[in-house]
This record gives sequence, C-alpha cells and structure tokens, in this order.
Amino acid sequence: MGKKLLEVRDLKTHLFTRRGVIKAVDGVSFSVDKNETLGLVGESGCGKTITCLSILKLLPNPVGQIVGGKIIFDNVDLLSKSEKEMRKIRGRRISMILQDPMTSLDPLFTIGEQIAEPIRSHQNLERTNLRKKIIEMLKLVKISAPEARIKEYPFQMSGGMRQRIVGAIALSCQPDLLIADEPTTALDVTIQAQFMRLLKEIQQEFNMAMIMITHDFGIVAKVCDRVAVMYSGKIVESAGVRDLFNHPLHPYTKALMGALPKMEEDMEKLTTIDGQPPDLGHLPPGCNFAARCPEVKEICRCDSPILSEINDGHVVSCLRVQ
Amino acid sequence: MSGIILEVKNLKKYFPVLKGLVFMKQIGLIKAVDDISFTINRGETFGLVGESGCGKTTTAKLILLMEKITCGEIVFDGKKIDQQSDVDLIEYKNSVKAVFQDPYSSLSPRMRVGGIIAEPMVVSKTFSHKEIRERVSTLLDLVGLHPDSNNLYPHEFSGGQRQRIAVARALALNPKLIILDEPVSALDISIRAQIINLLRDLQNKLGVTYLLIAHDLAVVKHMSKKIGVMYLGKLVEVAESKRLYRNPLHPYTQALLSAALPSHPDIRQEEIILSGEVPSPLNPPLGCRFHTRCFNAEAVCSEEEPILKEVEENHQVACHLIKI
Repeated sequence: MGKKLLEVRDLKTHLFTRRGVIKAVDGVSFSVDKNETLGLVGESGCGKTITCLSILKLLPNPVGQIVGGKIIFDNVDLLSKSEKEMRKIRGRRISMILQDPMTSLDPLFTIGEQIAEPIRSHQNLERTNLRKKIIEMLKLVKISAPEARIKEYPFQMSGGMRQRIVGAIALSCQPDLLIADEPTTALDVTIQAQFMRLLKEIQQEFNMAMIMITHDFGIVAKVCDRVAVMYSGKIVESAGVRDLFNHPLHPYTKALMGALPKMEEDMEKLTTIDGQPPDLGHLPPGCNFAARCPEVKEICRCDSPILSEINDGHVVSCLRVQ
Repeated sequence: MSGIILEVKNLKKYFPVLKGLVFMKQIGLIKAVDDISFTINRGETFGLVGESGCGKTTTAKLILLMEKITCGEIVFDGKKIDQQSDVDLIEYKNSVKAVFQDPYSSLSPRMRVGGIIAEPMVVSKTFSHKEIRERVSTLLDLVGLHPDSNNLYPHEFSGGQRQRIAVARALALNPKLIILDEPVSALDISIRAQIINLLRDLQNKLGVTYLLIAHDLAVVKHMSKKIGVMYLGKLVEVAESKRLYRNPLHPYTQALLSAALPSHPDIRQEEIILSGEVPSPLNPPLGCRFHTRCFNAEAVCSEEEPILKEVEENHQVACHLIKI
C-alpha cells in the first residue's frame, strides 16, 4: 500500500478529425497506488475511456494522438515504449475489461481458446499445463463445470457468464493493474452485485490495482477507495471516497450526486444540470462547466481554473472554491 | 380523480417453441407472463421491476395489445378490452400510449419532429390541420423543447431531447395511461434527472397514469406509488413503494434490494448475493420458481407453487414461508 503504481501527469490526448481537433483529454493527472481502486466518474463523452485507452496506447490510429504528458507505470514512462514493448505490457501487466461482454468476445472461438490467447503470448506453457491454467482461471471467476465449459462458445452463455469470461481473460496473466470500463452496465442488478464482489475478491487475492470507469456513483460508493470526477476532458475534483461523498466541493460533483434518486430517502425533485456538455471541438474560454454551473460567477467565464489541493488529498478545480 | 384505471386479471402469454421447417412441431412453451394480476389507480405510478427476461416488457406489450393475449383479461376504465371489437379498441389505443427505452431507435430518422409528434393525431382523424399545428407547438412547449424544433430531424437532437420528443408524441392524444418502458436507462445521469423531473411534472399537471418498467430500483422507488416485483413471468410481491423498501418480504425482493448500489460509502447493507442466474423460462423450476436460488428454501417450495396473497394492507407476497 501507498506505493505509486501508475502516475498520469498532464496527459493530453487529442483527436484529429475532419471537423477539427477535439481535445478529448486535456491535461489529466492522477495516480493509482498498489492494491487501490480508483473510480473515474463522468458522463459519456467526458474522456474517461480515451484516458484509459491512452494508458494502453490503444488509441484509434491515426485519429487519436497523445500530444503531451507522461504516463509512468512502475517507474517507466509508457510513452517512450515501442509498440513491440507495449505488447509485452498489455494483458500481462495492465489488462482491460470492456463494457459490453456481448461484443468483446469473438463468436467464432471457444472460450477455452480465447482465455488461452493471452496466456500463450505471455507465458510458455505446455498443452497440459495450459489447459490446467485455463480451468484454474474459469474456477477463479466461478464458472461451474469448467472442464465442460472450455469447449463452449460465447453464444451458449448468459451475459453475466460472458462478463466473467472476459474477466478471466483479463486476469489470466495476473496483471498489476486492471482497467474496468463500465464492466457492469450491461448486466442485471443481482448479476452486477455478483460480479463486483468477484472483482473485489480477486483484487485482494492478487494485490491488484484497479481503475473503475463508471458513471454511477453507487458503484463508486461500493468499491472505490479514491475518486476522480471528469468533465469535458479534465479532472474537476479528486478525493478519497468518503471525503468526496461527505464534502463534495465542485458544483458539477454536487449536481451529479443530487441527480441520483436515492433509496434511503424520499425526494420531491432531483437536481438537474441544465443544458448539454460543451462541444469539445469548440471550447469557450474560462471554465468548461461555466455554462451549466448553478454557482457561476463573472470570473468563471474568462479565467480557467487549475486543479489545486484544498485538503489533504482533496483536489478541486473551481475558481469559487479556491 | 381516484379509483382503478387499469386492472389486469390472470394475464398469461405463452410463446410456442417450434421446430422443423415445413411440418412445424411444437416442442415447448415459453411462459413469458404466467398468470399475473394487478391494478393501477388513476393518476398514480405503478412500477414493475425485475431482471431481464422476467416478462416486464411482455406485460407492457400485452397491455398495449402489441401481442396476442393467451389468456386473461384487461379491464380499462371499467370496460373489458376485447381484442376483436374495433370501435372500443380505437378508443383504448388512443388512451394508452408508450415511451420506449432507446430514443435513438424509437423515432423515425426520416420524419421531422413535427411530423413525429403529429402522427397519432393525423391517424386519429379528429383534428384539423390548424389544430394539429397548434397542438404540436403546445406539446413541444410542455416537454421543454423550443417550438421551432418541429422542423428539425431527430438526429439533430441529443438523447435527452429525443426522449422529450417521444414523451410529446405519447401525450399527443391526451392519453390516460402511459407505459414507460425503461425510459431513462439509455441516458446520462444529469439528463436522466431532467427526464424524471419532466415525467413527474407532467403527471402533476395532466393527471396521467404511468406504468413504469425499469430495472433501476432507485428510479422506480423515486417515481412509483406502488411496485410489483416480477421473477420468471410471475409477480412475487406487490406493495406500496415505501412499504416494499422498508419491509421487503419475498426473499427475491430482499436480494434485489440488497444488490442495489448504496448512495454513500458508509452505507453498508447486508449483502445477499444470489447464486447462479435466472433459470430458462422454457423449463421453469417446479413449485416456487425462485426456489433454485432461494437462500431459505424448504421442501414445500419445490413441490407446490405459492400464490400471491395479501399479508397486510396493500402488501401481497407469493411465498410459502410467509405466514399470515
């Protein structure tokens, strides 16, 4: 604990499209310690996924380009690595679980073959050992009768089981860091609870760090240690999970929390955020959230706020708070 | 303005499973909705929750008469709805409308917004051109869109705005009941809150009744007066929403509520994690359909099917283990 595993410093990823340059990730900094879960929260289009694809250098080529910043993983800058070296890191040291288990598995291969793929490319195992390892992975993600399941195809499985298979593939080489991109949005409530608990158990067993990308504060409350809230390509607030829930400082964080209906209390009306997120191709000057902010001041429309530390470990980027 | 607006009695929908190309043989039945009964009061919201495949949407389709009812009846506003007689049917279809989950596929991309909203009025043939034009701009205003948007196409709008268009279309003929099938699950949190508030405002303003189908328990609780919990085509518990959340009786409801995500990291509810997944509706377990995953199942559960009975006022449960 306490040791930095991944540090992202002032990362800038821009998308060069025909419509012009879109600043999808614009100066994002955060770090993940060993054995820690960081929640990356934001609405669609705020740059959560692009940030994580940048870490793995899996951006759509040539549209997406990392134009600045540093990604330091285990004391090495990933941006200086060649494609060949990156291949040794992906799947083995950093893995990713994607949102939709229906499309992230190949329908033409058995699940045994799909789990074998990362193991085969990173470890030298004989056939019998490989098979043993696959069965071990299936048992780890709690698939019943793994010996029989190994020959089945993705279509023979339900959504929850497929997501566990995707988990088995991602975990097969015992990565140090697992990036889970909305892993449970496609799943039912009870299956979601099953999968979250499974991820937590595996994390403890392997001492793994996790980045949990989500738009749901419920998931954050349940599994994360620290949270970073993103809005239009920037991190607007980051804090320990209790700190953030007890004292949210940025108006966007407050509004997002107020927009969620809660089970414990009765509410007449939900807080809403008026309008739409800004077009990342044509950002107005000043704070990106100014146009929708309920507490906006004159200064917010011309000056850009910078991320600064308010309390121990609680950083926020808002001119009103500073 | 009270009383029952919709009553569903012993509603069943069985889908035959066929095999063979020319000489098709029926090899089984999927009991998508199996003998459910509930009532909705005028001006209230009835929430239907359950996991995918439990028959929520099929129930909605049956009420909308989009599927043929296998057995059972629907009584709307005191009148029994017969799928054969046309005259009453038109009136029924005009007073029951729906808003669907995906605002990207439920609006025709080749029609202008004005046309989409006007379509039910054009079909009903009771409005003049002028009336239609006026009503479209009133409706746009009602759902919080600019009146000029009637000349635009759906692709020019964001997800939340499209859902507003879908709501405007559903409201066009002043329906008494609107079926909301997962109306906000495809939307972002901030937009979701906008639509939830809009739907509640409209209910207060127009007195319209909602049947809300969703899997997000917090949303259902926030919007509904009464909630029905479905599992594998059966209603397992029906209660007033506050009562259901305070005191869930059916083990499935308890598990569902415990699996719901907390709104604060300090809330640590007791977790009931169900083992396994929902069994196939093709071969539902005998007896209580939930007994294969139930954490306190007894011998009687696998033999006899429990019936929905009232345990306290406005609280019905179908479980053998709950004694009155």
